[in-house]
Amino acid sequence: MTARRRFTIGTLLIYLALALFSLICLLPMVLTLTVSLSSEDSIIEHGYRLIPDQWSLDGYRTIFVNSALIFRGYLISIVVTVAGSALALLVTALAAYPLANPNVKYRNVLSLYFFITMLFNGGLVPWYLMCVKLGLTNNLLSLIVPMLMFNAFNMFLVRNFMEGIPGELRESAYIDGANDLRIAFRIYMPLCVPVLATVTLFYALAYWNDWFNAIMLVDNKKLYPLQYILFQLRSNIQMLEMLPNGAKTEYTLPAESTKMATVIITIGPIVFLYPYLQRYFTKGLVIGAVKG
Amino acid sequence: MASFLRELARNRYSYLLVLPAAAYVFLFSYATYPFLMIAFQRFNYQKGPFRSEWIGLENFRFFFQSREAVRVIANTLQLNVLFMIAVTVFAVALALLFNEIRSRLFMRFAQTTMIFPNFLSWIIVSYMMYSLFTMDYGIINQALQWFGAEPVNWYSTAKAWPAILVGMKVWKEAGMSSIIYLAAITAIDGSLYESADIDGATRWQKMRRITLPLLAPTIAILTLLNLGKIFYGDFGMIYAIIGDNGVLYPTTDVIDTYVYRALRQIGDPSNAAAVGLFQSVVGLLLVFAANWVTRRTFKEGALY
Repeated sequence: MTARRRFTIGTLLIYLALALFSLICLLPMVLTLTVSLSSEDSIIEHGYRLIPDQWSLDGYRTIFVNSALIFRGYLISIVVTVAGSALALLVTALAAYPLANPNVKYRNVLSLYFFITMLFNGGLVPWYLMCVKLGLTNNLLSLIVPMLMFNAFNMFLVRNFMEGIPGELRESAYIDGANDLRIAFRIYMPLCVPVLATVTLFYALAYWNDWFNAIMLVDNKKLYPLQYILFQLRSNIQMLEMLPNGAKTEYTLPAESTKMATVIITIGPIVFLYPYLQRYFTKGLVIGAVKG
Repeated sequence: MASFLRELARNRYSYLLVLPAAAYVFLFSYATYPFLMIAFQRFNYQKGPFRSEWIGLENFRFFFQSREAVRVIANTLQLNVLFMIAVTVFAVALALLFNEIRSRLFMRFAQTTMIFPNFLSWIIVSYMMYSLFTMDYGIINQALQWFGAEPVNWYSTAKAWPAILVGMKVWKEAGMSSIIYLAAITAIDGSLYESADIDGATRWQKMRRITLPLLAPTIAILTLLNLGKIFYGDFGMIYAIIGDNGVLYPTTDVIDTYVYRALRQIGDPSNAAAVGLFQSVVGLLLVFAANWVTRRTFKEGALY
């Protein structure tokens, strides 16, 4: 593209359109952040504002000093995310190796076995009854094991990557007397670090953002992960929104700034990992879209 | 049989490695299929799926004769179609615009902000929406009042919600899917543009006559693949945003939220299973149909 590039009105409009969409994406997040940093009085007086009259850290203070529930929820979410993604990564990566190995005669049958579950599932009820039957209710495992611990799509992503590794590597390792376990762990896994990182982030984000397992399988307040606590808080608030005015004052709800502060600390780890998320997610997405 | 065992023995470590995943899939997919029987039963938790009373198609009749059946099916299809069209249009438009941008810095900044919402859970998004739409403090009502209009109680105005939900879906997902389309545009042969430049084509002409036609297969394939999922409502989105707010059900209640309520709130697992089974079967047929069309039209794009 060697054409001369003048800065025309058209170019300006393109920049403006993109900047506008960026701004729209950014604004609700900035609003949440500033509300979390507002003093309660200025919210009650003026509503949500992008720039509050009075700044305050009370929202955050309330969470870390007074709210055992939220603090515990944070802990639960961290444990579930770390343990869950580690397990999921292991199960996924181990299964991908044999499916990428042409010496394994039944690898296509196995691929089909996994693929069918991507096309058809019995739906919510059979899944739920199975979880109940396995005792996966009201314990930490019920937040980790069902639904998220293995994803066939991710496994195919890893398998496709492994198929790109030259088979001579495996063959020469066989000749040197290594078995498949050794080859998988010593040769393939180190070579697959990029795709494994992508898949780990997929899993970690799914675990961190998950509240479905909690809403389906957990009634014990002490096991609520952060996302589900937020869900509970909000549905309580929404109930009040529908009551006639005046009824509101009889309830003590968490302050507006505290709610938004909870949202901010929930997003915290995502912001922290964002550079990696952006890089690996977009990469994984493009690969996945091209060849599912 | 002997050769089967020999193969297992020869590649024993390989089959051992695949075992955890295979067992997991067996437990949470294949082994759950027998529970589908309860769609034809009056299921009783104590008696289990083998001794509960069989009632034939009664659960299906109950669902299809209820007023909710038409509503949830129509809402599921309507919302999904609107989501698909809106997100695709915005994503393609963004990709086309990004393709015209030469400033790497601006591009990085814009993409970074646009992709971020994609990583948030719908719960988080629902809070952000709340700060926009709530009656007393919300930004939108503040703006309405500033312009002299009456504030609206959005959380009890059902007819506004399809548009609001579509807006939020675009907000959350368009940036991310524009990346796929941008990747497809980048793969287009640069010499096409060079010869167009020599012929004196304008930017608009190049966009219309080169980029869009060459992007069309990608758009069609991704749309067809999504079409297979059109019968599944986005539970995570709808339930996080709408919750149990019955006032909004007429426009927002989808099959998945109906099934959830039947199972966990009303406590009628058989009815829930019947609706779920109906959904899975139609969903499967749609996947087959979409894949068949994709394969006939584009050799490379099919799912399988």
